[in-house]
Amino acid sequence: MQTITIDPVTRIEGHLKIEAKVDGNEVKEARSTGTLFRGFEMILKGRDPRDAQRITQRICGVCPTGHSIASTLNLDAAFGIADKIPHNGRVIRNLILGCNFLQSHILHFYHLAALDYVDVTAAADYEGADPVLNSLKAFIDRGALGPFLPRYEGDYRLSKDLNRAAAAHYVQALDVRRQCHELGAVFGARMPMNQSVIPGGASETPTVDKIAQFLWKLEAIRRFIDDVYIPDVLAVAGAYGDYAEIGTGCRNYLAYGCFDIEDGVADPLKRKRALNAGRAGASGEMGPVDAGKISEDVKHSWFTDACASKPAEGDTVPDPHKAGAYSWLKSPRYEGEVYEVGPLARIYVNYLAGHPGVKPIVDGALGRLKAGPEALLSTLGRHAARALEAKFVADAMAAWVATLKPGEPICADYEIPEASTGAGLSEAPRGALGHWIRIEDRKIANYQCVVPTTWNGSPRDAQGRPGPIEQAIEGTKIRDAANPFEIVRIVRSFDPCLACAVHVVNGKGRPLAKYRIDV
Amino acid sequence: MATKELPVVWVQGAGCSGCSVSVLNAVDPRIQNVLLDEVVPGQHVNLRFHPTVMAGQGDPVIEVLKGAPATLPKGYVLVVEGSIPTADGGVFCHVGEEGEKPIPFADHVETLAKSALAVIGLGDCGAFGGVPSCAPNPTGARGCIDFLPERGVDTPLLNIPGCPPNPDWFVKTVAAILWTGLPKPEDLDDLRRPRWCYGQLIHENCPRRAYFDAGIFARKPGDPGCLYERGCKGPMTYADCADRQWNNGTNWCIRAGAPCIGCAEPRFFDRFAPVYEKTTEERLEDFKLD
Repeated sequence: MQTITIDPVTRIEGHLKIEAKVDGNEVKEARSTGTLFRGFEMILKGRDPRDAQRITQRICGVCPTGHSIASTLNLDAAFGIADKIPHNGRVIRNLILGCNFLQSHILHFYHLAALDYVDVTAAADYEGADPVLNSLKAFIDRGALGPFLPRYEGDYRLSKDLNRAAAAHYVQALDVRRQCHELGAVFGARMPMNQSVIPGGASETPTVDKIAQFLWKLEAIRRFIDDVYIPDVLAVAGAYGDYAEIGTGCRNYLAYGCFDIEDGVADPLKRKRALNAGRAGASGEMGPVDAGKISEDVKHSWFTDACASKPAEGDTVPDPHKAGAYSWLKSPRYEGEVYEVGPLARIYVNYLAGHPGVKPIVDGALGRLKAGPEALLSTLGRHAARALEAKFVADAMAAWVATLKPGEPICADYEIPEASTGAGLSEAPRGALGHWIRIEDRKIANYQCVVPTTWNGSPRDAQGRPGPIEQAIEGTKIRDAANPFEIVRIVRSFDPCLACAVHVVNGKGRPLAKYRIDV
Repeated sequence: MATKELPVVWVQGAGCSGCSVSVLNAVDPRIQNVLLDEVVPGQHVNLRFHPTVMAGQGDPVIEVLKGAPATLPKGYVLVVEGSIPTADGGVFCHVGEEGEKPIPFADHVETLAKSALAVIGLGDCGAFGGVPSCAPNPTGARGCIDFLPERGVDTPLLNIPGCPPNPDWFVKTVAAILWTGLPKPEDLDDLRRPRWCYGQLIHENCPRRAYFDAGIFARKPGDPGCLYERGCKGPMTYADCADRQWNNGTNWCIRAGAPCIGCAEPRFFDRFAPVYEKTTEERLEDFKLD
């Protein structure tokens, strides 16, 4: 038995360690460890509730928008205005969130994942007029090749021409993801860390000027998704076809859904959304989502032991020296079962439901790959779902922006109640995201987040069931233990975001008796 | 003539990567110009280590971190993104392992900072401790401004705060280092921020300033008028957002009807709380212009 330890896993967000025990070149056991804790819930306690959506954005700088939305939906509910968001406010929120989905997905494929599949040094002997390839060539000639070396070696399969094209697209994608943020700033004020999503609606006013600007900045991004991003994903799928059967994982998928498309409904899980909520299993069985069936296990997490508890209940305090624990992530479970969240979950759930906007896009891609839907449940499937979702969202945004009504309200009024509770359920680019609040004396008494990578990167629960990333790695054959491409390709297909994942501890004001904090 | 290389080691601690994401949004130069090209004539930034974008992983990249002090003494710039947890031996954030023992992020920063030519405390977290250091600071999170003196590190420190910082503040400060060397003491304010972009209050250049002077205040989202009554911290925040705006001039907080939250100032979520309540007259007195 050999142990492969990868710490740090790079080209993700945040701090992750993977440990794989390999016997006869097959992974027998995998452990996923989050190695950072910040304590957001403790920091939120006692503050004005409206500060929550600015502070919780700082949980993650790649997907802050998802947090601003979930937090704001949470506050809408706690303030009693969840069914009073004006049309303009709802649409502006969707547009800002959508822009960050596009930014995040493009960043993920090109700048986080692609270096596992693309050899950028293929530009070294380029002879031609393309300025990007010449810039890459000059860079390689200078010989100072950080950050592209060191790297794993021995399994780059694209042809020289495809490698060069992909490397050029890596550079082009740097511009496109920047443009996605410029697009987001039109209504979001600035990106990352938008300022415009607020309880009641939004703060930026729609004008014809901004609508036209948004539409035409979006157009260039849509062309990139259709003409470059999706074809690149399909090209990688063609050369790495074995990954359609590697990294499948737990085969249960969960989505709360996102992008509200109707006004006047208080419960987020009952609203019509552009991507609907749902659960699905690998054989196509489906079910609804009941937030009351979510619980979090801490058996292998660095928090004091508690029974599996529901969000906004329970009592946990950090315990970094707890025996048997190996992660700062908790283990969220639905009805006690392991579920994967993310673009694959959203796309698969909506595909199985026959969603008229999603099904044709997915069937088209599967047709080009000459594969059936089961190919989606894999490493490659996650990359494909992410790209197809980007197309779906980008195309939808062109329609949404045209429904804005200059001159009409953008935000509902509210009073902060003395005491209240709320829940905000939505999706960040990486998956299902929930925020919960309890208000007492008009201040935050308790704030809880269960975030996408907590689901995906969770450690084993009390029943010993590994989390989705762990399950996806277990059973995989590793060709070369010194260059375990298989492990990192599987992990990165989940697009892990560890800053999010580490639990926002649900304390009840108990002081941290174990530590002397020098403030 | 051979290109002069400036090696940069960029580490991430108790942060969110928002500073990196913001820097990726740079224009003129764009991030590809910084990564690949001679961003100023004859000089290239050699990004040796950056967890979000680097190709390698695991022990080989920990070797890159160890190699910097050994092979480039006083020859690299250390960028610290994210705050530095110090409670309980730094157990709340670790990166890589020595044998099987996790290495606290705090230890990496101390070792790398001691041998660096200069340290850049990036973002409110890297500079001042940021959100993790806000009350009650459960992990003993520190920014470079406190951590470096506490560990006896006297390497020159430059702070580029913001939550996140505007990409220009970082990229153009790096360009200035390449062109004319490290900033002189008079180029930095008392929080070690470069004066060229942190030298004036938002309030001094705000397009809504005439409303403030005339006493016309926005009451609700979308109202015209000064945002002071809606919590704007512009009168207390040193940054050039009113001139530069954000995302390549597309928009910025106040223009979008969103009050400034003071994100370039130390522990702004504590010191300026609540975000959406107006700052007291007493606090405002400290920032009165002559």
